[in-house]
Amino acid sequence: MNKKKLLGTAAAATALVLALAGCSGSGNSSSSGSSDKKPTVAIIAKGFQFAYWQAVKKGAEQEAKKLGASITFDGPPKETDVDQQITMLQTALAKKPDALGFAALDSKAAAPYMQQAKSDGIPVIAFDSGVDSPVPVTTAATNNKKAAALAAKHMADLIGNKGTVAVVGFDQTSESGKDRIDGFLNWMKKNAPDIKVLTPQFGAGDLTKSADIAKNFLTANPDLAGIYGANEGSAEGVAQGVKEAGMSGKVTVVGFDSGKAQIDAIKDGTMAGAITQNPVGIGEKVVWAALQAIKGKSLPKTIDTGAYWYDKSNLNDPKIQALLYQ
Amino acid sequence: MTQTAVQGAQAPALNRGRLRAGLQQLLAFASLIVIVIFFSLTSDVFFTYDNLVNNVLVSTVVVGLLAVGTTFVIITGGIDLSIGTGMSLCAVMSGVFIENLGLPLWLGVLGAVLVGGLIGAVNGAAVAFFKFPPFIATLAMMLIAQGLALVISHTSPIYFTKAPGYIDLASGSIIPGIDVPNAVLIFFVTAIIAAILLNKTIVGRYTYAIGSNADATAISGINVRRWTWVVYVIGGLFIGLAGVMISARLASAQPATGQGYELQAIAAVVIGGTSLAGGKGSMVGTVIGSLIIAVLNNGLQLISVPQEWQNVVLGCVILFAVYMDMLRRRER
Repeated sequence: MNKKKLLGTAAAATALVLALAGCSGSGNSSSSGSSDKKPTVAIIAKGFQFAYWQAVKKGAEQEAKKLGASITFDGPPKETDVDQQITMLQTALAKKPDALGFAALDSKAAAPYMQQAKSDGIPVIAFDSGVDSPVPVTTAATNNKKAAALAAKHMADLIGNKGTVAVVGFDQTSESGKDRIDGFLNWMKKNAPDIKVLTPQFGAGDLTKSADIAKNFLTANPDLAGIYGANEGSAEGVAQGVKEAGMSGKVTVVGFDSGKAQIDAIKDGTMAGAITQNPVGIGEKVVWAALQAIKGKSLPKTIDTGAYWYDKSNLNDPKIQALLYQ
Repeated sequence: MTQTAVQGAQAPALNRGRLRAGLQQLLAFASLIVIVIFFSLTSDVFFTYDNLVNNVLVSTVVVGLLAVGTTFVIITGGIDLSIGTGMSLCAVMSGVFIENLGLPLWLGVLGAVLVGGLIGAVNGAAVAFFKFPPFIATLAMMLIAQGLALVISHTSPIYFTKAPGYIDLASGSIIPGIDVPNAVLIFFVTAIIAAILLNKTIVGRYTYAIGSNADATAISGINVRRWTWVVYVIGGLFIGLAGVMISARLASAQPATGQGYELQAIAAVVIGGTSLAGGKGSMVGTVIGSLIIAVLNNGLQLISVPQEWQNVVLGCVILFAVYMDMLRRRER
């Protein structure tokens, strides 16, 4: 009796899960699945809310259409949800795609699934923050250390190579999260001995938290020369905090990524400028590399998709415009 | 058993509950003072008007509003896990009303607050009429609200560009000459209203009664189901208000934030001396609890404590607050 009930419940739960999976599948996947011949590429991103991920998705969809592939694109709601991302990865692998595109929130947590992909013969294309594992055949990404160093260089130039600088990061566990900070700190240490960088604080990419952190930095260090926000949420939060503190234009804000609020902050002078990546290009390269890998062609170890500085002066340059997303 | 007999038996219990809550409030307040003194001594910028108002109080508002609303729910012995993502949904709806539909500001704000009330009404109906455990009903709502916020916003933030007045709701200052952001004023005014509601009205009396002993309350002729539902609706209105305040502050509705705020709000309520077992608690305590969390986040950063340790400290404070509460109860 009890067993029967349990079985019934289990069956109902399974049905529910399947129904939900069906919903999310049709909601997120970009393929119609009509022609089964198309190679399938499952892409797991680190998030999907911010314009950045939408741009990666757009690039992937464009390239898939061009090359005749069928893709799915998923990501956890927040860039700290390591657990949820692993679950998505697991589910994607269970569907046995022809190739997998993956941007790890936490490389170590994903390690067993990388091994599983390898033993299942599914080539893995790492992208964005990459995956710290020997399994991926290539990594299509911004070189985050280089990009953060570029941010540091511009910050140093803008504040005249001296003063105190604060750093607002988004997380301490992902490769890109660390590289965005380390690249900045290392450049400063090597090239700007007169700039003092405060201990970085982390706001999980949450605007409100990042704004509060920026304001606290300004309060604790009234002579602060600059603040660096290491991703879209952090940079927009920093700009928000600087505005609330009435310090617009008085402290040099350097951002990272793009998005409407950040572009507006650059236009109104709250933010001096920012580093943009090439997210559409990343999305395109993931799908392109996946199809190369499926065909068994060899790929370079890394595909650097580039990083560019933009500010008021070149905001309307068509070359920069193509990289910005809102 | 007559009605008066039951009420007579309950009255002293209620008084004791209030007395305990009073003691806990005093303790929470004393803790807040100690923490404030500590940071004033260790940081020379902590105890400044600018830091206390523009940093600490501004960062208290959103979690504080959620905490105030959910205090009602927790006193009935319930819990509401949907307040964080519910807040995001209300923020998104505010964006839809004001930006996409172009409704007048007041109507859009009212609409967003009412969406919060609706979330509360659904939670309340599930708990009061369908007898779902509050944890499960509101867990489900947490997921539903998160999903709907993302679906409705097409997973992108909605920016408030057409209504400059909306941003002033949080960041402007209506009192001339005094530099206090409206968000802070709104928080304290609504907290006072909530305190009056809880202490001086029939809603408050029934809230405590349901939490102390729902069966006895029902026997004494009070419609427990209906009043439980009302309590969740009240909590919901605060979710809506929090959604308006966070999106006004950021000039945008961020659909994916929100998760995690519910736990901060519940922590604030617990630090303020409200028991998760129901039946006792206070609004003043909740406000103090919210302030303690905000002061810790601010002060620990000002004295350059690495972020990893800030959460450790916060966790210890919660344990300490609840332990003191348990000690006092054992003494009786």
